[in-house]
Amino acid sequence: MITLGDYLVVSAVLFTIGFAGVMLRRNLIIILMSLELMLNAANLSLVAFSRFRVGVNGLPEYNAEVFVFFVITVAAAEVAVGLALLVALYRARQTTDVADITSLKF
Amino acid sequence: MNSFYPWLILLAPFASATVITLFTLRWKSLSCAISITAVLISFCCSCLVLAQSATTAPEFVWLDVPPIFRVPFGLTLDQLSRTMAVLVSGVGALIHIYSLGYMRDDEGKSRYFAALSLFMFAMLGIVFANNFVMLFIFWELVGFTSYVLIGHWFFRDAAADAANKAFITTRIGDFGFMTGILMIWMTTGSVVFAEIAPRMAMFGGHTTFVAIVALLIFCGAVGKSAQFPLHVWLPDAMEGPTPVSALIHAATMVAAGVYMLVRVAFIIQASQTALLIVAWIGTITAVMAALIATQQDDIKRILAYSTLSQLGYMVMAVGLASNEAAMFHLFTHAFFKALLFLAAGSVIVMLHHEQNIWNMGGLRRRLPITFVTFAAGALALIGCPPFSGFFSKDAILAVDYEHNLPIFVLALFGAFLTAFYVMRMLVIVFFNNPRSDSARESRESPPVMTIPLIVLAIFATLGGFAFFALKLPAEKGAVLFVPVIEIAVLILGAGLAIRLYRGRATEPVKIELLRRKFYFDEFYGWLIYWTQEFLARVAAFIDRWIIDAGAVGGTSRGTWGIGAVLRLIQVGNLQAYAFLFGLGVIALIYIAVIR
Repeated sequence: MITLGDYLVVSAVLFTIGFAGVMLRRNLIIILMSLELMLNAANLSLVAFSRFRVGVNGLPEYNAEVFVFFVITVAAAEVAVGLALLVALYRARQTTDVADITSLKF
Repeated sequence: MNSFYPWLILLAPFASATVITLFTLRWKSLSCAISITAVLISFCCSCLVLAQSATTAPEFVWLDVPPIFRVPFGLTLDQLSRTMAVLVSGVGALIHIYSLGYMRDDEGKSRYFAALSLFMFAMLGIVFANNFVMLFIFWELVGFTSYVLIGHWFFRDAAADAANKAFITTRIGDFGFMTGILMIWMTTGSVVFAEIAPRMAMFGGHTTFVAIVALLIFCGAVGKSAQFPLHVWLPDAMEGPTPVSALIHAATMVAAGVYMLVRVAFIIQASQTALLIVAWIGTITAVMAALIATQQDDIKRILAYSTLSQLGYMVMAVGLASNEAAMFHLFTHAFFKALLFLAAGSVIVMLHHEQNIWNMGGLRRRLPITFVTFAAGALALIGCPPFSGFFSKDAILAVDYEHNLPIFVLALFGAFLTAFYVMRMLVIVFFNNPRSDSARESRESPPVMTIPLIVLAIFATLGGFAFFALKLPAEKGAVLFVPVIEIAVLILGAGLAIRLYRGRATEPVKIELLRRKFYFDEFYGWLIYWTQEFLARVAAFIDRWIIDAGAVGGTSRGTWGIGAVLRLIQVGNLQAYAFLFGLGVIALIYIAVIR
């Protein structure tokens, strides 16, 4: 029997992998992918909560699922903007390595 | 009998001032005619009102804030105000006529007559005011007209400065006056004289408070009547045209302070301390001004210091709770001092605006009418019987003798000095040999100037006989003694002056302390300089160290410092930003959930 705790563990593992990727990797594309991973980890836990919490009339609680759709939409928009920025940045600098992008440093 | 005459006294000069200012500035003769007509209307109505003692005037409410503040616009028509109105409009009318001659060739004649009319309006307003607010407004208005008229020849720096000095100095007194009015209103809830008098009990026997209120009211009189220590403006005010000096700075406006004290005597007399201070201020002014007058060279300044001295006598009488004596001296003084000023003006204008007495001399033959009238005024001023000044000064001295011996002695000394400096002036100006070309070639003034002189001389000579009509409270034991010693002192002073100055062409005794007016101007200059310097330094300190360094500089340095710290975080490492961002989120969650 798979319990809520199992889902949350998987979600936490995914989130940690994503966070570690954002923190440690140097390639912007990988960082973006790690971000997506973190978002999806959050989505997973939301869906799990939805599934395991019973609302009125024995139906699942749908609020969390609606929230997941929002997250997916925002993530899609974010990827579109993020990739566009990335392409523009590459055209300007010929690099996707975050270590080379230090113009905002004092 | 309710009638409109009393209002007409006020409105005629006001209408004249308005019409001249708005329409007839360009037509000088028309302006003069309007102004003189207005003052004559005032004078006639004043006489009518004086004759019909049962007259009352309609009154309307000007400001009304129901239970706490009500200011009617009404006229007090008692014996005091009706007589004073006749005096003011009468002397005013003579001086208007005299001005026709004196200001004949002046460019700003219309402006001058407009200001003169406005002054008549304001002065009569003071006389008739039946409440403090109305009194105060007219009080300020006479101050303003005085300013305008002193500065009539504003293109002369001395005149412009004197006008400012007069306005600012009196303002100091007026500030105290206003505070006093507010305190009275706060305590009794009324500003109307007739309502305050029965409510004096509401002060509840707080003697110190009553004394403070009385002295604050007195402050107004100190400023306006140029008493010590605010006397410095009056001698400088002599920069104005001579008729103005006669009307405003001798006969009427400066006497307004004394009139006001008599009008609100019930407040002053509620406190013995206040009365004593008032009496001593008057005494100090009387003696000090007389001392200064003995060493001045400018004919108008001598008269100005003499005015100060005589005002001191009046205030002294008020302080000894003898309003009748004060008002009596005010009346006689108004006539003889206006006369002296106008006669001096006649001398000045005939000598082509020469004011130094050492450049005159021997004028009794060249200006006989001026000489005779001036002599009449001078004899009245020194209190020579039977001229008017004798009776009024005697009344004051008798009161002094009865109530306060030190003041009596000082007042006698003042009378001695008065006799001395008046005789000195008379001898130097009208006797001896002429000491300048203009003095040798001068001619008598035109009738438009001499007729007012003659009329005033008649009043100055005979005005004293009103003494017998006036029922002064009988002075015990002083009846014979005081006049005798007074005449002795008078002969002494006059004799000394004649002996000292007969045949002299220059000042034989020079006392620098008196010539420099006890260094009052220098002292005030120093005081104001250092007060201002001190305040400026404090202000500069606050500006430099608190506002500039603290508020403005502090903001800038604070922002800069915070920025300097914060930019250490700007490492340019994307992951570091993300890490800090994560920390921030965790902190927010901590705050939101755990706390």
